[in-house]
Amino acid sequence: MSENFIDIRNISRHFGTVKAVDDVSFSIKQGEFFSLLGPSGCGKTTLLRLLAGFESANQGEIFIDGVDVTTMPPNLRPTNMVFQNYAIFPHINVKKNIEFGMRKEKLSKQELENRVQEVLSLVKLEGYEERFSNQLSGGQRQRIALARALIKRPKVLLLDEPLGALDKKLRDEMQIELRNLQKAVGITFVFVTHDQSESISMSDRVAVMNEGQIQQISDPHDLYYNPQNIFVSDFIGTTNFLSSSTGSSNGENIMVKIDQIGEFSIKNKLNIPENDNETVVSIRPEAIVLSPSPIDKGDIVMEGTIENSSYYGELTSFYVRVQGAENPLIASSQRFDNNSFEGNKCYLSINFEDINLLKKE
Amino acid sequence: MKLNENRTLYIYVLIYFGFLYIPVMFLPIFSFNQGIHMAFPLQGFSTEHYEDMWNSPKLFDALWNSIYVGVVSSLMATMLAFFAAKAFTKYKFRGQALSYGAILTPFLIPEIILAIALLVIWVSVGLPLGLTPIIIGHVLFCTPFCMIILIARMEGFDNNLEEASRDLGEGVFMTFWRVSFPILLPGLIAAFLLGFIISFDEFLLAMFLQGSDQTLPIYMWGQLRFARRLPHVLALGAVIIVATSLVVMLAYWLRNVGQPQEKQDLTFKI
Amino acid sequence: MINWWNSLYSRSDNAKAYVLLSPALILVILGMAVPLLAVFSVSFTTQASFEIDYTPTFDRYIEFMDTSSRTGNVLTTLLGRSISISFLVAFFTLITTYPVAYYVAFYVKKNKMLWLVLMTLPFWTSYLLRVFAWKLILGHKGVINASLMTVGFIDEPLGFLMYSQTAVVITLAHAWAAFALLPLYVSLEKIDYSLIEASHDLGCTKFETFWRVVWPLSLPGVIGAVLIIFIPTVGDYVTPALVGGTEGRMLSNMIQTYFGRANNFPLGAASAVIMLISVALVTIAVNVVTKRLTQRL
Repeated sequence: MSENFIDIRNISRHFGTVKAVDDVSFSIKQGEFFSLLGPSGCGKTTLLRLLAGFESANQGEIFIDGVDVTTMPPNLRPTNMVFQNYAIFPHINVKKNIEFGMRKEKLSKQELENRVQEVLSLVKLEGYEERFSNQLSGGQRQRIALARALIKRPKVLLLDEPLGALDKKLRDEMQIELRNLQKAVGITFVFVTHDQSESISMSDRVAVMNEGQIQQISDPHDLYYNPQNIFVSDFIGTTNFLSSSTGSSNGENIMVKIDQIGEFSIKNKLNIPENDNETVVSIRPEAIVLSPSPIDKGDIVMEGTIENSSYYGELTSFYVRVQGAENPLIASSQRFDNNSFEGNKCYLSINFEDINLLKKE
Repeated sequence: MKLNENRTLYIYVLIYFGFLYIPVMFLPIFSFNQGIHMAFPLQGFSTEHYEDMWNSPKLFDALWNSIYVGVVSSLMATMLAFFAAKAFTKYKFRGQALSYGAILTPFLIPEIILAIALLVIWVSVGLPLGLTPIIIGHVLFCTPFCMIILIARMEGFDNNLEEASRDLGEGVFMTFWRVSFPILLPGLIAAFLLGFIISFDEFLLAMFLQGSDQTLPIYMWGQLRFARRLPHVLALGAVIIVATSLVVMLAYWLRNVGQPQEKQDLTFKI
Repeated sequence: MINWWNSLYSRSDNAKAYVLLSPALILVILGMAVPLLAVFSVSFTTQASFEIDYTPTFDRYIEFMDTSSRTGNVLTTLLGRSISISFLVAFFTLITTYPVAYYVAFYVKKNKMLWLVLMTLPFWTSYLLRVFAWKLILGHKGVINASLMTVGFIDEPLGFLMYSQTAVVITLAHAWAAFALLPLYVSLEKIDYSLIEASHDLGCTKFETFWRVVWPLSLPGVIGAVLIIFIPTVGDYVTPALVGGTEGRMLSNMIQTYFGRANNFPLGAASAVIMLISVALVTIAVNVVTKRLTQRL
């Protein structure tokens, strides 16, 4: 039951010829913080609106807690939504906004007041009852939108890019707060975002979407270290792609010939077939260790020249040209070494376990 | 960033505003003039024409007719215009431009054509002329106006607010009642008031379609022919001008209530 | 199956929109389109004393066009006059309001709202009373003549002021001012001020900047203003009736007579149809000419 708390089966939503959501199936567990991640126009918001009931599916079914909600109107669904622009009613004050959805619950005055105070304290906005939307900051509006949805004690809380309108510092704070809030209330969160770092830092699991289809569903660690295709690998973080071809395989390992670097035996996590020329390897910048002198750590050690570097404060990215390679490799290092200036020789070392073999698309 | 002062243009604008306003000012001025001759020099201050106006029962009959026609037609026009404005601001649909043009047409074609069209159909169907055909004509004539006003107001309406209400458990009707209606109320009142003014002042449709019941403009038109009766029409005109201006200013204020500064606008886009 | 759903949903927005539009559209169809068709059909009939003879005939149009007969002569003259007066009004209103709209769009910094209210307020006061006010001003014993005679500037009233085409044009230009001011203001207000600065920067004088930048960019407003004044004034009745006299009579006054005292619905209907067609033709012509002109710019 709890494994398939939300069950999405073969859902499609087409707008004319555009397939916003194209035959998508997956489930979400009870109490999970689940993110839908993807570039704009990938269908993640449409999928969320299908869950909320604002869009009707062309085909497929949606079950929430065992109930078929596919054709249920939004007002009857056990879901509540935090809108991207928060949609705080401008004509009524904060208290009335929060009480808005409680009309049908027929609570006594005291009970209602208790519930309001409860959610207000949950979002840390006690004392704001009389304010109006235009007297609140963006962050405060977002909290009110949360409170207004949470007071309904929904089975699922849907969040449509709720942090998108906030500035970076506030966004970082709210990420932690949202995560803590979710743990405290234990409600299933479905969170839509285009910000990969946001989804990775907050979620139990992430579904990466592109062109109406799910590319990968996994926990953030796997998403980063074991991407299943080029799109996911490219969309999450920064990476180096190198063309490659496979040789023979012994089941677990496979021989891979990486252009201009060499031929190695690495793990074949995605069961790429033997003798395939259409493959690519992905190596994260932080998996490439730079040093001024040759070192014996690492499975592959190469010599290169630093062509360029960008300093980001906590990290520095180096663009290193390896003899004969088409593009420079990006390597990032936490320490800014005075000797690693442009034009200097350096040595790169890479471990086999950090090389991901992917199929070309 | 704006241009600096331009004195010549400023003086011209002042003269133009004089051209715009001074003619209308003569009605109140002459309405307080003694005697029945509307010419300078003024004969002296008197309120006799206002007393005369007060003692014209036919005038009050016409006034009530006009108020009745104005309220009914503007109420209907505002409702039709609201639904239409909702369609134009919320959906993109096939035949959008054509429908928009169709609804605007009664206001754009020469009014006399609308008037005789209604007259011909009314007479050929064999229905008695009177306030009913006038109301139909006025609804046709006011709906485009109300719609333009409401579209301007509703373009900024956040559809997420309706979705939020649906999401929080309200059905379609309660969503309208608790969210859309209170938010759009100032705009709806403004549309109603301006529609009322248009209907209240409308002459041509009323002239062609009148039965035995006169509206106020028809009454005034009838009085214009008699020099003796003219001054009390001036008094009535002065009252109408003042009252209309107040209502219009109220409507203008309502149109922008609760609108952010940068969205405030009084212009019409046709 | 999927295709069927697809088309159903792509249609659903259309359906929702038309449900909302249906009351207004039904009103326009029943209240305007059907009656206009009735006018159109009546224009092909004949008035026989108190009855209408419904045998279809083009006679009413021939009657209208036949300039050798008295009726035809009068009607074609009135049609021509209606169109020329309306054009004069549109042109006169345009040149008098353009500077005002220009001033409010570019020079007014504070209280723009107040200026907009001032520009449109007279429009809302009774049309009948505004026309009547001009009668007080232009009349033989009116404000202008009386003042000029008191000063001793003239000995007898200026006849051309009242019951003339001049009186009609001035009165209509006053009555329709708001309809020119608003579209002009909207189109001028939209012009990005940096375009004007760029023009100055590139060496244009004030006049050149106006002619080469501001005027072409304001053309949509100009066309809007001209048409929105021209179309309704062609059919204006009150102004010619009150201040036009015989010299200032327009086609509408004749149409009113046919539907009133003269009791000749068929000829009145034919006149109305011809008026509507003329208006449509002029509107199309203005649009075509403007398109050509703007393409050249």
